[in-house]
Amino acid sequence: MTNPVPHSCLALFAGLALSASALAGQVQVAVAANFTAPIQAIAPAFAKATGHTLVAAFGATGQLYAQIEHGAPFEVFLAADASTPAKLESAGLGVAGSRFTYAIGRLVLWSARADYLDGSAAVLKANQFQHLAIANPKAAPYGLAASQVLAKLGLSAALQSKLVEGQSITQTLQFVSTGNAELGFVALSQVYQGGRLSRGSAWVVPDDLHGPIKQDALLLKKGEHNPAASALIEYLQGPQAAAIIQSFGYQL
Amino acid sequence: MPLTQADFNAVLLSLQLASLTTVLLLLIGTPIAWWLAQTNSWLKQPLGAIVALPLVLPPTVIGFYLLVSMGPHGYIGQLTQSLGLGTLTFTFTGLVIGSVFYSLPFVVQPLQNAFEAIGRAPLEAAATLRANPWDAFCTVVLPLAKPGFMTAAILGFAHTVGEFGVVLMIGGNIPGKTQVASVQIYNHVETLEYAQAHWLAGGMLAFSFIVLLALYSSRRRGRQGWQ
Repeated sequence: MTNPVPHSCLALFAGLALSASALAGQVQVAVAANFTAPIQAIAPAFAKATGHTLVAAFGATGQLYAQIEHGAPFEVFLAADASTPAKLESAGLGVAGSRFTYAIGRLVLWSARADYLDGSAAVLKANQFQHLAIANPKAAPYGLAASQVLAKLGLSAALQSKLVEGQSITQTLQFVSTGNAELGFVALSQVYQGGRLSRGSAWVVPDDLHGPIKQDALLLKKGEHNPAASALIEYLQGPQAAAIIQSFGYQL
Repeated sequence: MPLTQADFNAVLLSLQLASLTTVLLLLIGTPIAWWLAQTNSWLKQPLGAIVALPLVLPPTVIGFYLLVSMGPHGYIGQLTQSLGLGTLTFTFTGLVIGSVFYSLPFVVQPLQNAFEAIGRAPLEAAATLRANPWDAFCTVVLPLAKPGFMTAAILGFAHTVGEFGVVLMIGGNIPGKTQVASVQIYNHVETLEYAQAHWLAGGMLAFSFIVLLALYSSRRRGRQGWQ
């Protein structure tokens, strides 16, 4: 795990391409917690391709929405769902027509122990554990998807007393990676790198057990006239970004 | 009023947590404060500094260490597991332990100040009247230090009610077990339920003001009583 403290807004300075002429600008991006690792990989590539610098702040989608609604200085929003950016767009806080799906998230049941999960829901159904971590379903889209999976498998009632909630998907991962919860539903991107599981054991949850986790991006009003913001929106839809995003297990 | 049953349960849980923590802290804090007030040992300064640490440390530091140490691979976690208690994260007991650390200086420091203010003279007087040390402590020190105990109890209680960061990191937001009022406010703000957040937050504000007002009023009366 790269970030032991959840909810902290980490400023991320991509390689300051000082040589890249007077056109070089900076864009402030609000990023859903599950996209932390991918944006850290995208930032230097974006700086190299465009000369612009990307500064990211991370949080749960609901939390970032509240901040944007109250005047936070973000210019681009990378949410963990489709409905939150749509709400901002219709409230006039986003640039009309700028919204698009930059990634489709995958949910994974993960354990820090290498031999704990066998690529199926068997351990979940056997119910021999103390704690199952999920993200707060009301604030985090991956938490909502996790609760849909439990409902679909008919396990909601049986596992209710074993649920522990993280305030964001980052904190949920922290509960599991410290071993305090034996297993938990997190974003595949958090435990997947370069096309394979980086550690522990997992069950990649089939898409049909939960609603699609369509993650939408939106150009916010504050970034409407910033060339660096438009450049990021364009870059995220291009092939370079797509390759990075897919390498973390997202679909497109 | 838009408050739900979960909100009331959270408030009740906060009050239970603060009450239990305060009682434990008075029991643990009194001997520590007494020793700190009486000793000339070189350990006085290091121990005093350790007691004061939670005043300056961010709650996330305490929460992080507790999360790691109470987990299955941590020292406390291994101890509680070998005693057959399981692990303490995500439990009410875990929150009580966290709160005792978190509120320790708010109880020990007022007590230490009260004990130091009494000085040695009353105890020496009691000794000449053949009171043994335990007698002297119960019949001389405790009554004289009563305002200190009041301050310690009120500050310990109020500070525990206001605890957030530690609970957030080791609690897991479980209704009826670890979902206390401060965390519930955070939940409401995150999910844009501002009406409920306002009711709970306003309640906390009023509660904190009344507690501090009671504290300052009792101090004023205490001073007048001495004159």
